[in-house]
Amino acid sequence: MTGAPLGTGSPRVWVAILLIGIATYGFRLSFIHLFGRIDEVPARVKRPLRYVPPAVLAALVLPDLVTLRPSVAATLLDERLIAGAVAGVVAWRTENVFATIAVGMGVLWLFRFVVFA
Amino acid sequence: MTVEGELTDDVEGDTVDGDAAGGDATEDDAASDAATGDLWAGVRDVSPLMLGIVPFALVAGIAAVDAGLGLAEAVGMSVIVFAGASQLAALDLLGSNAPLAVVVGTAVVINVRMVMYSASIAPYFAEYGRRLRAGLAYVLTDQAYAISVAEFEENSARSRWRYYLGAAASLWVVWQIGTVVGVVVGAGVPDAWGLTFAVPLVFLALLVPAMKDRPTTAAGVAAGAVAVVAAGLPLNLGLLVGAVTGIAVGLATEVVEA
Repeated sequence: MTGAPLGTGSPRVWVAILLIGIATYGFRLSFIHLFGRIDEVPARVKRPLRYVPPAVLAALVLPDLVTLRPSVAATLLDERLIAGAVAGVVAWRTENVFATIAVGMGVLWLFRFVVFA
Repeated sequence: MTVEGELTDDVEGDTVDGDAAGGDATEDDAASDAATGDLWAGVRDVSPLMLGIVPFALVAGIAAVDAGLGLAEAVGMSVIVFAGASQLAALDLLGSNAPLAVVVGTAVVINVRMVMYSASIAPYFAEYGRRLRAGLAYVLTDQAYAISVAEFEENSARSRWRYYLGAAASLWVVWQIGTVVGVVVGAGVPDAWGLTFAVPLVFLALLVPAMKDRPTTAAGVAAGAVAVVAAGLPLNLGLLVGAVTGIAVGLATEVVEA
């Protein structure tokens, strides 16, 4: 844990890259490969898959917007949560990715550099 | 930039293989115009997401330099791994000389979610040939998955692999260029701007329409709440615990409603 920089061309780095890359490709290929080999995807497999998009997206997004702190006020008065809430309304009303990003970043900067500064 | 050219050729090689494997040999010129349209629709639909991807890719390049990697290693990682969150985690651990098993184990756990994407998108690709599916799998990412599945559910007339490849290959090219720029130019944009905040905003824009009825909304709410509470878990496990809880709650809500 010295934090010493690694030399370029260190085999350790390439071994890590290759192992991570192989495992990740295996994950990506897993069901895409499997479902191509069977005729019909069984209903009991398909049913839970309907919930993968909302569940995974929410689990990716929410921890980036909310950090639990000792007090409710400290948890809620967070520029990321405020920006995320406003952006969420924009996403709901417009279903436009660009508008969501633009408003979300704008509100984040407003609170970070002006309101909470 | 020679590296870029070669790698882009590689992806296009997959496309050509895929065309044969996909059983589209009989299509005439009109159909091929429509097919090009599907490819471009993917490129067009993914373009607003680049606002989130560009800063993310720059950070991946900057983090690689911070961890002591050279340009070849940084680009090698972006090409071979091609998964941002796991790359950042691995770079952080490589930079602090963590044991190899910890570096690889952490990155692998972060990427387990790809199995869920693979399962979710697989039925849409089931009719394609083996080589095409192998190529499509390589460029599977959070963003390509999310926008493609949203499109496939709404518009069944699309050539699915072309739409997906248009989106996924665009992300791939931007990711590689962003990594190179991050390595070469370094930290030009101050951290305080929080440009990587655009990444959760992109997912938010895709999440809201994905919560279209009561069970899917319940799945999203439960997954988000659990992920926030479990955010302190090591190895990014909160994401998986949250997602699995959300899927279970969605199924349970469906059963209660029926």
